[in-house]
Amino acid sequence: MNQIPPAVTWVWLAVALPLAGFLVNGALSFFAPKAKNAISAVGVSVLVGAFVVAAIVVRAVIAAPPEDPWVLSYWSWMPAGSLQVNFAFQVDQLSSVMLLVVTGVSALIHIYSIGYMGEDPGYARYFAYLNLFVFFMLVLVLGASFPVMFVGWEGVGLCSYLLIGFWYQDKKNADAGKKAFIMNRIGDFGFLVAMFLIFRATGSLNFREVFQAAPGAFEVGGGLITLITLALFLGCTGKSAQIPLYTWLPDAMAGPTPVSALIHAATMVTAGVYLVARANLLFAMAPISSAVVAGVGALTALFAATIALKQWDIKKVIAYSTVSQLGYMFLGVGVGAYASGIFHLATHAFFKALMFLAAGSVIHALHHAYHHTGRHEDAQDLRNMGGLQRYLPWTAAVMWIGALANIGVPPFAGFFSKDDILAKTFVRGHEAGLFYVYWAVGTVGALLTAIYMTRLLLYTFHGPNRTGEKEREHLHEVPWVMTGPLLVLALGSVVAGAFNFPAVLPASEGLERWLEPVTQAGSLFLVKGELGVTTEWSLLALASAVALVGIFGTWKLLQPEALKPAREAPAETGFQKVLARKYYVDELYDTVVVRPLIWFSDRVLWRTVDAFVIDGVGVNGSARVARFLGWIGSTLQTGRVGVYLGVFVIGAWLLLRALLRS
Amino acid sequence: MLLGPALAVSAILFSLGVAGVLLRRNAIIIFMCIELMLNAANLAFIALAQRLGPDGQVIVFFVMAVAAAEAAVGLAIVLAIYRHKQTLDIQNINLLRG
Repeated sequence: MNQIPPAVTWVWLAVALPLAGFLVNGALSFFAPKAKNAISAVGVSVLVGAFVVAAIVVRAVIAAPPEDPWVLSYWSWMPAGSLQVNFAFQVDQLSSVMLLVVTGVSALIHIYSIGYMGEDPGYARYFAYLNLFVFFMLVLVLGASFPVMFVGWEGVGLCSYLLIGFWYQDKKNADAGKKAFIMNRIGDFGFLVAMFLIFRATGSLNFREVFQAAPGAFEVGGGLITLITLALFLGCTGKSAQIPLYTWLPDAMAGPTPVSALIHAATMVTAGVYLVARANLLFAMAPISSAVVAGVGALTALFAATIALKQWDIKKVIAYSTVSQLGYMFLGVGVGAYASGIFHLATHAFFKALMFLAAGSVIHALHHAYHHTGRHEDAQDLRNMGGLQRYLPWTAAVMWIGALANIGVPPFAGFFSKDDILAKTFVRGHEAGLFYVYWAVGTVGALLTAIYMTRLLLYTFHGPNRTGEKEREHLHEVPWVMTGPLLVLALGSVVAGAFNFPAVLPASEGLERWLEPVTQAGSLFLVKGELGVTTEWSLLALASAVALVGIFGTWKLLQPEALKPAREAPAETGFQKVLARKYYVDELYDTVVVRPLIWFSDRVLWRTVDAFVIDGVGVNGSARVARFLGWIGSTLQTGRVGVYLGVFVIGAWLLLRALLRS
Repeated sequence: MLLGPALAVSAILFSLGVAGVLLRRNAIIIFMCIELMLNAANLAFIALAQRLGPDGQVIVFFVMAVAAAEAAVGLAIVLAIYRHKQTLDIQNINLLRG
């Protein structure tokens, strides 16, 4: 193991800066909520600082890549018998990728937020929460053990809850926050169970020791390792919004749009993918779990894409697109292409943050227009948009770039990352036909992606404008503080693919080779498949064809001219309605889980257990017993001195007799 | 010496005291009966001290001192009860009934 370079030891600063920002902005939100310049200066500068520190650290890592992860231990956190957990960070190839993605995208979104949240009365509170989120996210990706990672895991969940319900005066938003939090708790339960089992089997929770002990402690494909990885994956389905716990993510759009971009697209929701990639050895040792991960991923990718086809809320379309893209990432890590999953995570962070922020600009512009004329229309409904490219040219241009990257049109970033995942899935088809099915599902999902993304942009930026006669004059491009970050993200969405070109291109597979020290542990347990050059070119051609067919087909078939504003739009019918209502999954969960739970809480827990057993039998019952005993005692107290004396004499006589007998 | 008869007198006196305490209803009479029981005990101590040494005689002095104190407090209580209830019949003194 080579020496830790001095620059890497500064990684704590990247974590501490956002925390300091949270503390300062948290204090400002109480004492000086109007000092917007100070708040933005603090909120943004700590993130820029963190990004600079991250860049310096990663530069040192590139200069001398570690063979084993560098563990920087700060203090002993849980010394309990054989359980020794230090509060420690781990710097290696994987965490440096995450470090850069998180700090980079976060910094851009913080800058954008200055413009987007400029007129919000909760400005300081917003930046405090956002800084806190980045702090926890960095703890998550840098943690050197499962418990430290879990702290970050829970912390980002908390910040997600706080920011989804940021406008908590509206009950709908507060409910969405609660929904996200509760669904995440279900997943966290899995994470905790997995941690307990890992500790029991390997005697440690630190990544390094667990992965060293794992090959000896577990039997490949055995029941225990399968259970552990499935429990971990349950945690991932909660955090990363996969079937069956995905329904919170579309509702999470209730929060401010930059929050959706940062937490619910670029960083937090990808934590599950990071977890699988981090624990790649465990997943590789459990082929059944890996197949489940890939299957759930593929199914989610397709399922969410179909729902996105019929959503009218601009953010909901992108939210379902996020769920779908996360499905691709899990498909990647599920088939053992851990680097491909992380690659898609990184490119997705760029183009999906871009999509959300661009959508935020559109909403911002529409909101202002409606605010001017005093009309109360839905600023997020696609049916109230149309033709906006004339009013928001920059936003339209960057959003097209984001969409093309998301669809996977060459040479945009998403093309390389998505194709990488699908190609790696296709290779595994030689082992089991199931993987061909996954590949087919993923390809159909890619076609749907092209369709819903084109529909989104067509209805937003092209065709006639449906905003309203008077409002049209008030539609303007958003300020530079918002378009600037968009341009940077757009650049990323175009060039990020270059980090990991497919094997047939020159300078290929950079990221894959970079991550090899981390992923090789798991790769040892996987069959290494090779794609022929012809097959690879055919797959690339097929992926491009699917994307282009989807785009041009949708462009020709959909008629934005026929759309009516949301207020006058006719109701959907048939299968369209099923899609628009999201397959009634929320209603299903409501009937199957929520209502029975409420019934159970009301009838059984409250009326029976609490009111009858605890209050009736326990509290009132013990009072009645005490009163009865007291009544018996009180009858002895006749108040008659003669009776007392008589009892006393009898007692004295009995006592004396007993004493004299002995 | 006359240990047997002395103890017999003591026993009789004590029994009279007990009977009086149990059967009489006037508080002062009951009080006097208690004194009777104390003095019966004193007599037993004196009689036994003849044979067992002077410890018993010493205890008699203690008993007398306690009895004097008890008489002072007891008579004060009786007086207070009488002022309060205009009677000393213990049948009517039942303020402590539960």
